[in-house]
Amino acid sequence: MSIHPNDIARRARIARITLAVLFVTLVGAFFKTQVLEHDRYKLQSQENRLRSIPLPAPRGIIYDRHGAIIAENLPGYSVSMLATNADSLRTALHQLATVITLPSDQIDAAVKRYRRDPNRPTVIIADASLDVVSVLEEHHIDFPRLIIQSVPKRFYPDGAAVASFVGYTGEITDADLNMSQYQGYKPGQLVGKGGLEKEYEKQLRGHEGVRYDEVDARNRVVRQASAQVGLNPESAPPLYTNIDLDLQKFVAGIFGDSLQGGVIVMDPRNGGVLALYSAPTFDPNRFTGGIPADYWHQLVTDPRRPLVNKVVQGIYPPGSTFKLVTTVIGLESGLVSLDSYMPEPCRGGFQYGSRYFRCWDKNGHGALTLAQAIEVSCDTYFYQLGLKIGLSRLIAGGVTLGMRERTSIDLPEEKRARFPYAVDYYNKVFGPGRWSNAEILNLAIGQGADAQTVVNMARFYTALAIDGQAAQPQIAKQRTERQPIFHLTQEQMDGLRTALAGVVAAGGTAAGSRIQGVMLAGKTGTAQAGEKGNHAWFVGFAPAQQPTILVSVMLEYGGHGSRAAHIASAIVAHYLKVAPVNAVQTEG
Amino acid sequence: MSRRIVVDYPLLIIAILLSLYGVSVVYSAGQTDVPTFVSTLYKTQALWLLIGMAAAYWITNTSVRFIEWVAWPAYLATLALLASLLVLGTGAGANGHMRSWLAIGGHRLGQPAELAKITVVLMLGKVLAERREAPTSLLDLWKPALVVGIPWTLIMLQPDLGSSIAFIGIFFGMLYWSGVPWPLLLLLASPIISLVLSFSTGLWGAWFLILLALVLWYKPYLVEGIVLMVSNVATGVVAPLLWEKLAPYQQNRLKVFLDPSADPRASGYHVLQSKIAIGSGGLVGNGFTLGTQKRSGFLPEQHTDFIFSVVGEELGFIGVTVAIALFLALFLRATRIASRANDPFGGLVAFGLMSCWLVHVVVNVGMTLNLMPITGIPLPFFSYGGSFMLASWLAIGVLLRISGEGRGEAGALLA
Repeated sequence: MSIHPNDIARRARIARITLAVLFVTLVGAFFKTQVLEHDRYKLQSQENRLRSIPLPAPRGIIYDRHGAIIAENLPGYSVSMLATNADSLRTALHQLATVITLPSDQIDAAVKRYRRDPNRPTVIIADASLDVVSVLEEHHIDFPRLIIQSVPKRFYPDGAAVASFVGYTGEITDADLNMSQYQGYKPGQLVGKGGLEKEYEKQLRGHEGVRYDEVDARNRVVRQASAQVGLNPESAPPLYTNIDLDLQKFVAGIFGDSLQGGVIVMDPRNGGVLALYSAPTFDPNRFTGGIPADYWHQLVTDPRRPLVNKVVQGIYPPGSTFKLVTTVIGLESGLVSLDSYMPEPCRGGFQYGSRYFRCWDKNGHGALTLAQAIEVSCDTYFYQLGLKIGLSRLIAGGVTLGMRERTSIDLPEEKRARFPYAVDYYNKVFGPGRWSNAEILNLAIGQGADAQTVVNMARFYTALAIDGQAAQPQIAKQRTERQPIFHLTQEQMDGLRTALAGVVAAGGTAAGSRIQGVMLAGKTGTAQAGEKGNHAWFVGFAPAQQPTILVSVMLEYGGHGSRAAHIASAIVAHYLKVAPVNAVQTEG
Repeated sequence: MSRRIVVDYPLLIIAILLSLYGVSVVYSAGQTDVPTFVSTLYKTQALWLLIGMAAAYWITNTSVRFIEWVAWPAYLATLALLASLLVLGTGAGANGHMRSWLAIGGHRLGQPAELAKITVVLMLGKVLAERREAPTSLLDLWKPALVVGIPWTLIMLQPDLGSSIAFIGIFFGMLYWSGVPWPLLLLLASPIISLVLSFSTGLWGAWFLILLALVLWYKPYLVEGIVLMVSNVATGVVAPLLWEKLAPYQQNRLKVFLDPSADPRASGYHVLQSKIAIGSGGLVGNGFTLGTQKRSGFLPEQHTDFIFSVVGEELGFIGVTVAIALFLALFLRATRIASRANDPFGGLVAFGLMSCWLVHVVVNVGMTLNLMPITGIPLPFFSYGGSFMLASWLAIGVLLRISGEGRGEAGALLA
């Protein structure tokens, strides 16, 4: 090799320059990262180490009209875990299962939650018992990624009595998380699942707080105290309702365990719902923190369908309670007055074409005015009234009176009542020319293509109770919304109410439901519902001429409408603090 | 045959400062919130430092002639060790898939690749020093290429990408010092450059034209020229096929080099966390042992490959600059020793050892800032590892001896 000193000096010089350039470049790169971009990396390093632990906010308290608590929050515990990946979470949960009972489906659910939002502590047990919590605290060293939190837990002091309208809360489902209305919700969070809890979810939800825990790279919590200040959860404002909790509990008591059906009690003047009960009921407190599988199984397999709200979801033929719809249409169109007689007196039935249509009383009612026909609920009279009105006018009138509408009560479950939209309905169902005018006869007495919700019948009767304006049933809303649905003279209105009062008077169909000192007005209904028996209806209000309370009762397969009237009169008597003439007869 | 020499104190002091700095950072690397095995490694590292210093002292008492004489047997022993590793080698730690550890009866004795770096430098120095003229054609280079090529291949078979890069550094550094003209070095490196550029057809095409111009200007033998062009085409075209052959972790490492944020939880994680640690250190750092990234375990391999991130996080830009300045001082001192050496062998060895360290430092430090791909290459005097500490101090010993026998005053600050 060349060892000339000049050559070596030259090589050494070039080497020195190369070294200097290389190292200056390196130092420059560090200067850029450490000095110029320091703030950015400082922030990243903090975010790296801090995990935000959500602090669930208490849901809004739900009060009745007197300030009694319908739904509140109790201290509870949730157990969640931070994990780096789904596999490690699963492993940790299987380890956890050796300490506490943790069914495999609960593990699967937790892993699913994790996949939805890996950066959020994965909820493992939403509502842990004190026993579980104390066991876990004992083993906390073994499970450093575990987070045991005190969280508000929904509680309904009168759970079963209020379940029908208050609903329940539960973990948000996968399907819900994909819906735009639940934007911003995280897996494991609670959401209103029915009733007011769902209807007023936005208002009741509250604002989740956040706490920052310092973790290491494996998501183990190193310390809880953090320099960064978190956000305290904000509880939601309370929800005030029109419910009278005392009355609600009374209603629940009447139904007991044996009766099935639905009842809504309203103030007909403003639509405020005083009580709403569907029997059989369920215990919403057991839904908190996940429904036990056996309880859920019991609820869904019960043939009496406790999870179906019989006031707003169930639709039933309204039977004779519908005769007032026919009456109002007849009166409004001027075809009849309350004193009008029909061509044929009642002899226990009515011959129409080749078919004979029975009256419920095979002995016959004789010749009756409209007012009398209402009191005794004479079918023969209403067959003829229906024919007089005619099918298209009867249908149009029923539609105007809201017979195929929702009442827009503030419950998310409400179903639309079923009623023909026009004569064409029958062509669609049976085919043109394949049905007869006899459909009028059925429709006029509340049978046939007519199925109503308990709440929709109540709405119609609010118009009868006051002045032809139907009040929108409102559980929590405070603004009266009344909509005129028919126009009758004051005289006609008074006459109708007198006739309805006659129903609950000696000689009426609900004579046994009289109340001492208060005139109860209403209409019974005994709706044919196939082989299992008839649905018993009663819709009425009191006091007859100055109504302050309106009750719509339907007993599924409850037999004669007078049984429903008994319940209604007991409710009215309790509310108005008077005694019914006959003690309420309940079964069981 | 030994004789006393004048001690090159600046070199010795630089080496001691670097080592103490390194052991301190290894200690700090063990200070984590959740204690791991790393917490006591600084003791082992300090022990190896003492062993290394003792070995260096022994070498300073020999002579450059002895070192040259020992090159052949040491080189052959190295080859035998490396070959046996392919059969007996075991993996360790983060690099469990590699067969880079020599173990007997389950006890890991060390990583022969680290010692091989020194023996290859000695052997290459011997081979190059025997020539009277610097090589001027590629064919002249067959012997040096073989000296480096055999251990390089054996190490690539482990596979240990980091060490193999160090060998390439040694090879080119020593060829440069032996006086090989730079166009020849460039031609020699051209297939590797082709390989790197092959991922972009445009870049590779441009490089190929430059190469063509270079060949026409330098006028190597016809055969050489053809072989060059063919090998460039081969690496440029074969590279994508070779890519398929790479192990997934190797592919990942290269991918991460190109885009570290691609998958922050997996392979890009290391670089990202390292950069966050260094960046968050700022000018003065979080304080010794107080790095939060390291403490909470976000920093991977904080005592080995990513030890420099600990320096950056805890001691800040100032600590980084001090470390880099010490390395620069070491390299400048080694260059000075090379230029003062009494004979070509000494100069070549000094420059070769410097080149080896240089590659380690630039690639390792660059890697912590994502300027270089992750190759698992340790930082001299800093990264935890007994073999490397021992090897580094053996090299210091050799440098001290060469310096002592060199022209001029060994202990003078400047030549």
